[in-house]
Amino acid sequence: MPVIERGGHVRPAAITAEGWGWRHAGRATPAIQGLDLRIEPGERVLLLGPSGAGKSTLLHALAGVLGDEEDDSDETGSLLLDGASPREQRGRAGLMQQDPETQVVLSRVGDDVAFGAENLAVPREEIWARVHEALDDVGLRTAAGGGLALDHPTSALSGGQKQRLALAGILAMRPGLILLDEPTANLDPAGVLEVRDAVGRCLDKTGATLVVVEHRVSVWKDLVDRIVVLQPGSAGNGTPGVLLDGPPEQVLSEARTMLMAAGVWVPGYVPATRARRTETSAAQLLLAAQDVAVSREKPRRKGFRTIPPVPVQSDVSAQVRAGQALTITGPNGAGKSTFALTLAGLLAPVDGKVSAAVELSEGAGIDPFKWKADQLISRIGTVFQEPEHQFVTGKVLDELMFGPKHLGHGEERVDELLERLRLTHLVDANPYTLSGGEKRRLSVATVLAAHPKVLVLDEPTFGQDANTWAELASFLSELLDAGTAVVSVTHDQEFSDVLGGTELRLNPAARAASRQEAGAA
Amino acid sequence: MRDALNLRGNHALLTAANPLAKFAAVFLISLVLALSIDWVSATTALVAELALFPLAGLTLRLLWQRAWPLIIAAAIGGWSTAIVAADSGAVLLDVGLWSISEGSLELGLGFMLRGLAIALPAILLMTCTDPTDLADALAQKAKLPHRFVLGSLAAMRLVGLMAEEWQTIGMARRARGVGSQGNPFQRVKATLGQSFGLLVQAVRRASRLAVTMEARGFGGGQRTWARESTYSVLDIWVVLGGVVIAAGAVLAAVGAGTWSFVWR
Repeated sequence: MPVIERGGHVRPAAITAEGWGWRHAGRATPAIQGLDLRIEPGERVLLLGPSGAGKSTLLHALAGVLGDEEDDSDETGSLLLDGASPREQRGRAGLMQQDPETQVVLSRVGDDVAFGAENLAVPREEIWARVHEALDDVGLRTAAGGGLALDHPTSALSGGQKQRLALAGILAMRPGLILLDEPTANLDPAGVLEVRDAVGRCLDKTGATLVVVEHRVSVWKDLVDRIVVLQPGSAGNGTPGVLLDGPPEQVLSEARTMLMAAGVWVPGYVPATRARRTETSAAQLLLAAQDVAVSREKPRRKGFRTIPPVPVQSDVSAQVRAGQALTITGPNGAGKSTFALTLAGLLAPVDGKVSAAVELSEGAGIDPFKWKADQLISRIGTVFQEPEHQFVTGKVLDELMFGPKHLGHGEERVDELLERLRLTHLVDANPYTLSGGEKRRLSVATVLAAHPKVLVLDEPTFGQDANTWAELASFLSELLDAGTAVVSVTHDQEFSDVLGGTELRLNPAARAASRQEAGAA
Repeated sequence: MRDALNLRGNHALLTAANPLAKFAAVFLISLVLALSIDWVSATTALVAELALFPLAGLTLRLLWQRAWPLIIAAAIGGWSTAIVAADSGAVLLDVGLWSISEGSLELGLGFMLRGLAIALPAILLMTCTDPTDLADALAQKAKLPHRFVLGSLAAMRLVGLMAEEWQTIGMARRARGVGSQGNPFQRVKATLGQSFGLLVQAVRRASRLAVTMEARGFGGGQRTWARESTYSVLDIWVVLGGVVIAAGAVLAAVGAGTWSFVWR
């Protein structure tokens, strides 16, 4: 049972791991093994390590949601929360995961925050007191934070708001331990700070223990008082468990080189990338958008009438030229991705037009949206934010051969792409089983296998470690120099600096204006 | 989908009634209408239901927007019954194979009206009932297992997300060269592939949501309810209303001599 002390304080939890290890059901090797770790009550720990080190597994175990006794997963050693198994202490730890959509349980803000407290059988009056307090603490009720009412629909929240709502739901359980598993990986820079600051405020108030897993060290460095670096558990032969442990400054200076080699975003570190050749100014125009209004929604039928969707962005014009980069920036909700998808011939513009120059269309017609799928991929390649959305086969090699096979040419390019994007050792693997960085590299490679003249990427660097980031940026700069046009939607300033070219900044303010127009029409 | 289930802005009287009471009233009306195939009982119920629109915050416009496929289906059903059913009474229209007689027209009309009269209460119920309130009532009042009820409620939220995801996956696959073009076989294959992609994403989302719920202590034995599901005087009126409409429909039909059980 959670022990509550008045004044917002909770009894912080202690963590003890002794030779702890865990093998997931159906896996040959353990995700983590031989972990010896003690975290004192009230400590704030940033957990680092290469992907595959078992960081998420540890957090899930601490949250008490890892496996049942029945399945054939395997636990070794012991992992204790305040001296007892985490599984037997519901509500003692609260967990936030990466994908904001799955951190929301119910459809109204107040109900969602109350959910955890209800499950812990907190009396009704007490629940609502906690809900109000938690929403205040995460800053969702201030005018700046959205001023949300209890019956505000959770589907209408931004990613950062959803994560803060999840934090409020956790706080309402009054946990002694807060676990954050890459809580800001899917958020834009403003959302990252929103969530980080809310976490900081809540920890100051409750004094709970914190364990956070995150690639971007600079975000959390000043908030934590200890950094623990894990060894890759599946590497097997070496000494598994904790590699480094200590105060942030000490760990970051001692292990800076090692962490950088492991792809960790150490503060002040921008990975070295290939420099671009100087751009030619008179580059060939390939694709142009003129006064385009965009929306993901299709025209709706209201009875017998057809109503065009309300655009998220209007009057956007842009030009895409061979060998030049176009970067689309702006806050969330500005319609950046929607515009990019419209430019890429995947969405029909609500208004205005997208037209391909003869050099790009090569007889396929002026409107990319009307091109057939195989005409499209050899002209404009689009890499989606979520690589899994684009996997169409069960093997990495088939995945790469898919485009060339349909087109009837370009199969010779596949080996080069495999080599260049370090996928050769994975040719027989199932795409869905790859790590995040491998999936990203594969999705770029598959689209490029069709040899498009224009490449469109939606947030290609989101959630990527520094190594994948550097590889991707270097590779794209090479493509640009070879004459491919690269359009990217990104929040990542360093990334757009590497690519150079022009920036198209979209602001969501245009949305309100176009709404009014639609209302007046 | 998500917007359609959102009750914000609807402050009509029936939104305050307990979902179980509304459900009982709807069940009564539908049951009685399913017993007979005459047009008098259907019309009586239909008129009463239309009168209830303001109480549920439903307008004809909203009804048409949400239920036009149902309304058109009812009309087509009625029309085809009228032309296909065996003729009786004076023949009104005769076009070769098809003919409409007084008897078949009456049957067709009755079919259409009854279809609407049975469908409308369900639409009324959906219009004025929040899914969360329904779940609360089902778990607290009807004593259904809360794991099942709350699990379904949380899963329903994902359905709206899946509609968006379907569109995204469709575009993502077109960008890989899988188009909805070609012969029917290729199209079916492409749709199957897209469905598989959606299934994978749905399973991933669902398992992450399950972890979220479990990490918030869901699945234990004892739990409290932040929102108490209560009955009020209004609920007596709701059930009574259901009884009156059902009984009124039967009495009107029996009085008019048109009542006929479906099995006769």
